[in-house]
Amino acid sequence: MLQVYADNAATTKISATALNAMMPAFETYYGNPSSLHSVGQDAKELLEDARGRLAKCLGCEAREIYFTSGGSEADNQAILSAAKMGEKKGKKHIISTAFEHHAVLHVLQKLEKEGFEVTYLDVKTNHNITPLDVKNALRPDTCLVTVMYANNEIGSVLPIAEIGAICKEAGVPFHTDGVQAVGHLAIDVKKENIDMLSLSGHKFHGPKGVGALYCRRGLPLTNLIDGGAQERGKRAGTENLPAICGMVAALEESLAHLEENSAKVTSLRDKLIAGLSQIPHCALNGDAINRLPGNVSFCFEGIEGESLLLLLDMKGVQASSGSACTSGSLDPSHVLLAIGRVHDVAHGSLRLSLSEYNTEEEIDHILTVVPEVVSYLRSISPVWRDLQTGKRTFVL
Amino acid sequence: MALYSEKVMDHFMHPRNVGIIENADGVGEVGNAKCGDIMKIYLKIENEIIVDVKFETFGCGSAIASSSMATEMIMGKSIHEAMQLTNQAVAEALDGLPLHKMHCSVLAEEAIKNALKDYFDRNGIPYDAKDFPDCAHCAHCE
Repeated sequence: MLQVYADNAATTKISATALNAMMPAFETYYGNPSSLHSVGQDAKELLEDARGRLAKCLGCEAREIYFTSGGSEADNQAILSAAKMGEKKGKKHIISTAFEHHAVLHVLQKLEKEGFEVTYLDVKTNHNITPLDVKNALRPDTCLVTVMYANNEIGSVLPIAEIGAICKEAGVPFHTDGVQAVGHLAIDVKKENIDMLSLSGHKFHGPKGVGALYCRRGLPLTNLIDGGAQERGKRAGTENLPAICGMVAALEESLAHLEENSAKVTSLRDKLIAGLSQIPHCALNGDAINRLPGNVSFCFEGIEGESLLLLLDMKGVQASSGSACTSGSLDPSHVLLAIGRVHDVAHGSLRLSLSEYNTEEEIDHILTVVPEVVSYLRSISPVWRDLQTGKRTFVL
Repeated sequence: MALYSEKVMDHFMHPRNVGIIENADGVGEVGNAKCGDIMKIYLKIENEIIVDVKFETFGCGSAIASSSMATEMIMGKSIHEAMQLTNQAVAEALDGLPLHKMHCSVLAEEAIKNALKDYFDRNGIPYDAKDFPDCAHCAHCE
């Protein structure tokens, strides 16, 4: 049976280029970059080479790159650093959105308990925000704007450059969680006036457990991990050199083929969206226009997402859902609730996230099995029966 | 390791007794769409024996499997035997459920009892109300 991996927003398969780039760091450059001897200094050279290349990918300076364990760590460090700086100046207001990743949201919630005030911009209109939303939310005591570059669940791409310009004008630090965007969209942190950006290696065919924080020179970072003087003293711990090398090679490869990959994945995405839209009583989640090339997200009325995922897996399609049963909590995804999906409908969500490794044949397979599975689950659903008989009113 | 036991997957993939019974003698529905689980049970009862049972479920894999297993466990049984069904028995028959999915087996038990209660009500058969825990007793959706 054809196996279709369509969960690339969760993680991607490592590319051969990335894997090959990691091997020398295991076998040859195994020294500790902090060691004085030649083996260590050779590793240090490789590390700094990787840093320079990553900086080039983002349009910043090498000294503005801090390697981390992943996107979550970078998000935590960026937000906590800005909050600490703000607190010193008596500024304790932060602007964000209602559909951030938990790596941002939970840090903000923690800060709220410590007396910070957070404005969560509404995302119901177009499942996105406007630059004006940010501008209107700015206050004299705003110490940080943290707005994701692109949403992981529903694929909306936010107007980052415009927000960057507004923040620059207002003199407010601007962080963006770029985990879903880096490697998939052309990003230039300087041109877009981004002060801090988080990224994660495994979202663009690099290895897991590695990421980076770009932090504009002059913005002070607070340590999350204290110890040695690695990463300019801002992140202790011996650098994960193999992973760093793999991540940077993966990003360079993604960016070298950005246009062709984007065109290919966008066309697969649009075919999938058009096909799935034919299923009755469904709705596309996320900004239909400003959208990640690989994101397809739908809600199907009358069914529940976990059973949908299990049956799709049985038919060779690996996907994800924002239903409560898949999250381990009882509430469906906060993202789906934030865009205005009611609970009943949010439970029936499906996210298919594509990469350039997917093929037309795979899209055809998905388009065959998803309607079958949706219609089967509806056939055994009392909710669907109530919708059919008019005892319950259709939302979608 | 797989999320569910083979038994759960079997009952999820090939659920027994799916559907509805026209002119059922007892119908029970528990759960709500907000929480993501609804189970509906239909009973056909002759001489106090459950001669047919059908279910419809909106919910996750374990909810569908729990409904299927529970219907299988009461088919052909007397209403008194059916009243003895527990969620633990359903979960055990499925070779276990993950801890956070145990409420699915509770729903299955409640759905069946709800349908029996409906049968008792319709036929004026007296029963002890405390044998029928309602949704208000469950903290699951809070």
